[in-house]
Amino acid sequence: MTTVPTEQTAVVNGEPYPLDGPVPVTELVARLVPEVVVDGVPQGVAVAVDDAVVPRGAWDRTEIRPGMRVEVVTAVQGG
Amino acid sequence: MTMTTANPLTIAGTPLGSRLVMGTGGAASLLALADALTASGTELTTVAMRRVARPAPGAAAGDTSVWAMLERLGIRALPNTAGCFTVREAVLTAQLAREACGTDWIKLEVIADDVTLLPDPAGTVEAARILVDDGFTVLPYTNDDPVTARHLADAGCAAVMPLGSPIGSGLGIANPRNIEAIAAASPVPVILDAGIGTASDAALAMELGCDGVLLATAVTRAADPARMARAMRLAVQAGYDAAHAGRTPRREHALASSPTDGRVAVNLDLAL
Repeated sequence: MTTVPTEQTAVVNGEPYPLDGPVPVTELVARLVPEVVVDGVPQGVAVAVDDAVVPRGAWDRTEIRPGMRVEVVTAVQGG
Repeated sequence: MTMTTANPLTIAGTPLGSRLVMGTGGAASLLALADALTASGTELTTVAMRRVARPAPGAAAGDTSVWAMLERLGIRALPNTAGCFTVREAVLTAQLAREACGTDWIKLEVIADDVTLLPDPAGTVEAARILVDDGFTVLPYTNDDPVTARHLADAGCAAVMPLGSPIGSGLGIANPRNIEAIAAASPVPVILDAGIGTASDAALAMELGCDGVLLATAVTRAADPARMARAMRLAVQAGYDAAHAGRTPRREHALASSPTDGRVAVNLDLAL
């Protein structure tokens, strides 16, 4: 299923994600998966924006804006 | 002398205390998985990379708990690119896995289609080259083809992982001669990956010269996963020892193992 981005939304993990304004990756992750944040640092999660990985160290200064495609992934049972 | 201390499986300079690599797919519960992993003795365990689930109000942590479990058990995670059908998907998934899991080890899978789940050899070699250049320690899942295995080793992969038979089939090693040829020629460790059904399949893989075995379904979907995991651990060790013990040659005819001299004599003429 492909979701077409609009001006007011980003696409996060394939679903529309409404944005009031730019959101830093750190904040997006904390909203999506608060349970993985330990001592303020998310564990076992990685983020790609528009098919490029955003290194953990760049999360604070990388803002999600309308139209961006974001993938937030984690390790699960498999393989 | 045990294989653990005497001659460990070494991948990219890192010794592993077990030649059995266990996947985490297919387990009925995290508890059953933890018991099976412990019984298997594995020190390296595959995990898949997937989108995080949107939080439901009041819901407990979801699959992220597999991560906490591996940390608790002290088992190294080997993230994979399972489900990737293109080079681009596999490379991005590997890069995400490196960030998420804090390891540059990756089990590379580029799958041809979702019916056979067979590896795409051209895509696998291409992705392997890209990932090796990007600093990854690449362990590629591949066909039981000696030429593809050679290309993967030439590309700088840290191991090659030929299938015994299709993923989840439990059909064992369909083409033992090819596995033997791959193991004999490979400059890097060979880990038999996929198709293991029961302990004798794992032992055979090691007897054919493989350096390790990777399996999941055979344990996680067994009626008693922990017991099957133990069987696999023993089978891998037995197969490894057998492969290096110098087996007796095969013969066309019988060869008595008891001495021929000094047998009790009976006068057969009288009996007749």
